[in-house]
Amino acid sequence: MSARESILKRLRERTDGPLQAPESDFTVVTGRGWDTGERIERFERLIGSVHGEVIHATLTDWTAKLAEVLTAKSIRRLALGREHPVPVAARAALLDHEVELVDVDRDIETWKREQFESVDAGLTSTRGGIAETGSLWLWPTPDEPRLISLVPPIHIAILDSETIEDTFFDVIERHGWATEMPTNALLVSGPSKTADIEQTLAYGVHGPRELVVLIRHPQEAT
Amino acid sequence: MSVQQFTPQAFHRQAHEALGDPQIRANFRRAMDGLMTKRRDVFTDWDLETLRELGANIRLRALAKLPDLLEQLETNCQTNGIRVHWAEDGEAACRIIRELCEARGAKSVIKGKSMVSEEMHLNAHLEAAGIEALESDLGEYLVQLNEQTPSHIIMPAIHLNTDEISEIMHDKTGTERTRDVDYMTAAARAQLRERFMSADVGVSGVNFAVAETGTLCLVENEGNGRMTTTVPPMHIAVTGIEKVVEHLRDVPPLYALLTRSATGQHVTTYFNMISSPRKPGEHDGPEEVHLVLVDNGRSNIYQDDELLDTLRCIRCGACMNHCPVYTRVGGHTYGTTYPGPIGKILMPHMLGLEATKDLPSASSLCGACGEVCPVKIPIPDLLVRLRKEAVGEGRGNVPGAGVKRNRKEVAAWKSWQWLATHPAAWRGSTAVAGKLRGLAPSRVGPWTEYRSAPKLAKTSLHALVKAHRRAKDEGGES
Ligand code: SF4
Repeated sequence: MSARESILKRLRERTDGPLQAPESDFTVVTGRGWDTGERIERFERLIGSVHGEVIHATLTDWTAKLAEVLTAKSIRRLALGREHPVPVAARAALLDHEVELVDVDRDIETWKREQFESVDAGLTSTRGGIAETGSLWLWPTPDEPRLISLVPPIHIAILDSETIEDTFFDVIERHGWATEMPTNALLVSGPSKTADIEQTLAYGVHGPRELVVLIRHPQEAT
Repeated sequence: MSVQQFTPQAFHRQAHEALGDPQIRANFRRAMDGLMTKRRDVFTDWDLETLRELGANIRLRALAKLPDLLEQLETNCQTNGIRVHWAEDGEAACRIIRELCEARGAKSVIKGKSMVSEEMHLNAHLEAAGIEALESDLGEYLVQLNEQTPSHIIMPAIHLNTDEISEIMHDKTGTERTRDVDYMTAAARAQLRERFMSADVGVSGVNFAVAETGTLCLVENEGNGRMTTTVPPMHIAVTGIEKVVEHLRDVPPLYALLTRSATGQHVTTYFNMISSPRKPGEHDGPEEVHLVLVDNGRSNIYQDDELLDTLRCIRCGACMNHCPVYTRVGGHTYGTTYPGPIGKILMPHMLGLEATKDLPSASSLCGACGEVCPVKIPIPDLLVRLRKEAVGEGRGNVPGAGVKRNRKEVAAWKSWQWLATHPAAWRGSTAVAGKLRGLAPSRVGPWTEYRSAPKLAKTSLHALVKAHRRAKDEGGES
């Protein structure tokens, strides 16, 4: 008998007989009832508490704010996609900026060392945010691959304020994740960190040292 | 730093040594105090009891359907392009992983944190086959540099303080001696980035495996897990068969419980959900993803209604953070892969009670572990059950059951039981024993190591009460 068969057989022929599966009540992880303002406030407070930096912008001035971030952080090489509206708009707006734009729609094998050693920041869109925990959710694509939110020392994420929802559970349920899981789905809540040296927090241990979340509001930001 | 080999058989000696080491005691005390406070603070705005109830219930449902869910997980993983392997024990799992590495001609493996891989001693197995296995979680990396094993399931290097770590890094990697944690972290980052780029295979654990979608979920703060599962061309995930959950919606409550219970964080930096290898057109991620399902004693635990609760564990470490014994003796003292309360109820199944007989009794049964466990495992009850199994008074469902059975002890308790249920004989014998009290031994095993031996009173309480009543009655009449 194969290992698979004998393990399954032992589980099925359980000495104490079949088990009853209890019903689950998920009320405790949903139904927060926050309004947009509360969601944004909570998102910002929580991601801020773990070192995430939040910048507010509008749909019209966000690329200008992005340019300011690049200048302020001396970002010279920025990795970004080419097709998603976020990188498309960013590329258009940064034409005159001195930053060098790095294409990411290349197989990692062809530019691994380049990405690891010479890219200052990665820019990505996000699918949404989670107010309860101050998290971003990303489904990387061929246009915006997995590693650009991980390998460069700074990750800049663009988040639309109306895509922030209450809880992780709400996001999974409302967007039907269970029927269409992508290759990789990610929650990102702050920059990479560790407390492995005597419980002292240090940022940027393997992933980005800094996470900048640029929130785009439909109207004037307050 | 000298490297010591710890074994569960030598628990008592190791505990003695740890208790006499002020450095170890200070390191653990400080760390555990911090973790307990953080956990308490992070749960303040939550209905913790309801959440724990849900967590327990999700795990119980998964266990109730375990064989079906494992098959469903396998089918969905395979549909997604993830290959699934089954291993009866740690050795078989090691062999599967080694063969997968060899098939690709792999020489180097980079590892994300995985307690199952510790349980099966994967690193040693791979090294013996000429394949280098390097830990990438900072704590695991430090422990590996120091040729040790983790002393905590969440914070592997918690037994070391900053100075000790600085010394280890200086010795093994040539960094400056310093107390600057940022400097040491940056140095480790640089050292490990090279290895992520060159590794042939990434090996990781799994926190939750979702049957419904064939998804592997990994919880982490550092990003080394994402690196391990994205940069090398092959990813092998290894997990115990109990880690499966039924639905994707089962994940958020367990994740909420895990991060808060483990380190008092409202969320970790990354929650990484992997459902397939790199698809055509995608530019990164491994070409091959494998899932190794390891039994290693779990299906045996599964047979027994009471022991089954052990398998609900989500490996948060809260039970050790709150354990007065763990805090004083530290993780290595247990001599087992999983230390602390969860180790005491899990390791006897993996190593047998012959080797681990001292673990279930190394507890005051204070109940703290059971109270904080996010999935409500009745750890103290399980400790009592394992004590019974060890002395042959259980159901015999644990390997090595009865190993502590002592004929004299059994006979002594039997006589005691008989006496205590026969009043006349009881009175007679206590009266005699009271007269002969001078003959009672002054040393009775470990009990008298730190205490004086109990001595029978000259007259029993029974007799005293009787005499008192008589005196009172007589006095009352006058
Ligand atoms: S037994 Fe409970 S408290 Fe201990 S590690 Fe497992 S889930 Fe956490």
